[in-house]
Amino acid sequence: MIEFFNRLFGRQSSGATAKERLRLVLMSDHLSLAPEMIDAMKRDLVDVISKYVEVDRDKIDVHFEHQDRALAMLANIPITGVSRNGASNGTNGTNGHYSNGHSPVHAEPAPSHAEPAASTEPGRGSESPNAGEVPSGDAQPVSGHAQPVAATELGTGSAPPSAAEISPAKPKPKPVTAKNAARPRRKRRKTQQ
Amino acid sequence: MHVLQTQDEQRVQSDAGAAALGRAIVITSGKGGVGKTTTTANLGTALARRGANVALIDADVGLRNLDIVLGLESRVKHHVLDVLEEQVSLEDALVRDKNSPTLYLLAAAQTREKDEVDTQKMIALVQTLRERFEYVLIDCPAGIERGFQNAVAGAQEAIVVCTPEVSAVRDVDRVVGLLGNRFTPQLVINRVRPQLVKKGKMLSVEDVNNILRLPLLGVIADEPDVIVSTNKGEPLALRTDSKTASAYHAIAARIAGDDVPAPTVEYKETFMDKLGAFFGGRR
Amino acid sequence: MSARKIVFTSGKGGVGKTTTTANVGAALAKHGKRVILVDADIGLRNLDLVLGLEKRIVFDLVEVVEGRCQVRQALIKDKRFESLSILPAAQTRDKDAVTEEQMAKVMDDLAAMSDYVLIDCPAGIEGGFRNAVAGAQEAIVVTTPEVSAIRDADRVIGKLTERSMPVRLIVNRIRPDMVRTGDMLSVDDVCEILSAELLGIVPDDEEIIDTTNRGEPVVLSETNRLRVIYDKIARRLEGELVPFTNLDTPGFLGRLIGALKAG
Repeated sequence: MIEFFNRLFGRQSSGATAKERLRLVLMSDHLSLAPEMIDAMKRDLVDVISKYVEVDRDKIDVHFEHQDRALAMLANIPITGVSRNGASNGTNGTNGHYSNGHSPVHAEPAPSHAEPAASTEPGRGSESPNAGEVPSGDAQPVSGHAQPVAATELGTGSAPPSAAEISPAKPKPKPVTAKNAARPRRKRRKTQQ
Repeated sequence: MHVLQTQDEQRVQSDAGAAALGRAIVITSGKGGVGKTTTTANLGTALARRGANVALIDADVGLRNLDIVLGLESRVKHHVLDVLEEQVSLEDALVRDKNSPTLYLLAAAQTREKDEVDTQKMIALVQTLRERFEYVLIDCPAGIERGFQNAVAGAQEAIVVCTPEVSAVRDVDRVVGLLGNRFTPQLVINRVRPQLVKKGKMLSVEDVNNILRLPLLGVIADEPDVIVSTNKGEPLALRTDSKTASAYHAIAARIAGDDVPAPTVEYKETFMDKLGAFFGGRR
Repeated sequence: MSARKIVFTSGKGGVGKTTTTANVGAALAKHGKRVILVDADIGLRNLDLVLGLEKRIVFDLVEVVEGRCQVRQALIKDKRFESLSILPAAQTRDKDAVTEEQMAKVMDDLAAMSDYVLIDCPAGIEGGFRNAVAGAQEAIVVTTPEVSAIRDADRVIGKLTERSMPVRLIVNRIRPDMVRTGDMLSVDDVCEILSAELLGIVPDDEEIIDTTNRGEPVVLSETNRLRVIYDKIARRLEGELVPFTNLDTPGFLGRLIGALKAG
């Protein structure tokens, strides 16, 4: 597969090759010049994933790699726990106990709660490709096939957002909607720097 | 059995005995854009093609380009400062060349400053590399500031690259002065355009050398292929059909101590050249 | 009314900063502007050489900064122009010899007696670069259409925008024949990659080598096309909207190819 791409690559004029290489190398250079942005992106990413599974925040590794003709972000996020219904049990490493005393919500497959993405507040990480929309507050029924994810690959594809385009998402406070106003806040977010 | 001749010592490499210490050569110029990085990449490639183990160090912290000239930019994961600050081992930081298996690159840090490099540690690093590689080529940044000083610090030999232009010659002259007694720099004259020299519109190799008075290591003619080769990230020394490649191979041979005829550039004299009046370039 | 202080920088060495500074300055001077060119490459001075003024140096930038002479004493007037002077760099000192504050002060002094202060920046992004930029309010980044030059230009543009300095781009040494065969990046490619506003396009021209040898800015040449190019850059700096020379036009290209083939 790589050979195919290499041959394809080789048939380009050298000018076109140069342009392609420069594009990738400058993306890489820009990323390495924005460590605060990358830290913020990592935190957001981990926060999003923590909504679904428990993770070991101390052992997370997120870095960037060149792959074929794109730049990819590779994340290795050790999973420490997944509850029976696949929902995250709240703050990490608390084994299902909540500091605010509420019991875990047993989510049932409840189509009425599975809000279409458009009507919920986008998660803070939604600017990143593939992070998707995150419904606020509710347990997300995963129908029992929650796969512990060992590594997530977020390819940036052919039209990668430049460093400038990815907003260094500062934590947005979740607006209280009618839907989640009725339910207790289940998850305390760690305060962001 | 190879006899590795260095300026400081001669040792015989034997199966049972201690490995000979490699040669650390800095490639510098003062003036930017004369072909230091291109020379480092191509000379390294040429030496590696001869079977030598070669390490290239990009000392241009903040403005690294040796990686991109070799087409290795997507393989660089760590850099010199990572090694000097002991964040990563030298082994992990060395990137093997795509085309020449005995050629390795130690990339510069792109987002750091040249002031952050500890000179003593740099010297120690070069020493460590000399224990493992027959040749350690150090690509020096332009200028004569801290970056230049750090690049020069670990080397025992120097190659100065010059183009036949007044500013470049002047800068090389200054750099040779700064290199001082520790070095006997050898000269590579790059980007010669023989037709312009004939017309008197460019300094000749003799002109340059009369001013600088350095042992002449090589002369390389200006070729648009160099631009194409950097576009692609494939040093010309990999090719067999290029005059530039031949020039670099000759330089590699001279460095290795082979008996190679004196460097020169072909003058293809045309009828028009003969008609033209010779006009000596003024300094 | 204080002068505009513009630094010419690039990151990569050898792309033509000094030649560009000299010729843009000369073109502005031909338009009647009072221009002072400053060589900020302490230790590796070349602006004097490019203009053929090397024999007339008496004092230099470092001596001005150290108060050993008045700034006017150090300025060398180029007699070929109404109002072009240069402030040479010191050759035997290094870039630690001046601080950013000192540079800024001298540039302000120069700005009080001119319309344009054009600062020729050394290669790199170290102290010499910081000093040169300290004295300026605007930047012109010079690059060639080559991979290393563009990468370095990108870095430099990043550093300049960090300082909120307006940046415009000159693409130097473009070879239209190589662009057409796909062997060289086009000006559009370069601008797109760097996301910078284009100020000028300067084709590769072997005459530059000869004119530099002789210490004559190419804008003084009657026949060389580069005179027109630098003139256009000067006019754009003055605020005029000047269309870019189409380097693909047969007339222009034919001449250029003819010149290249002969060389």
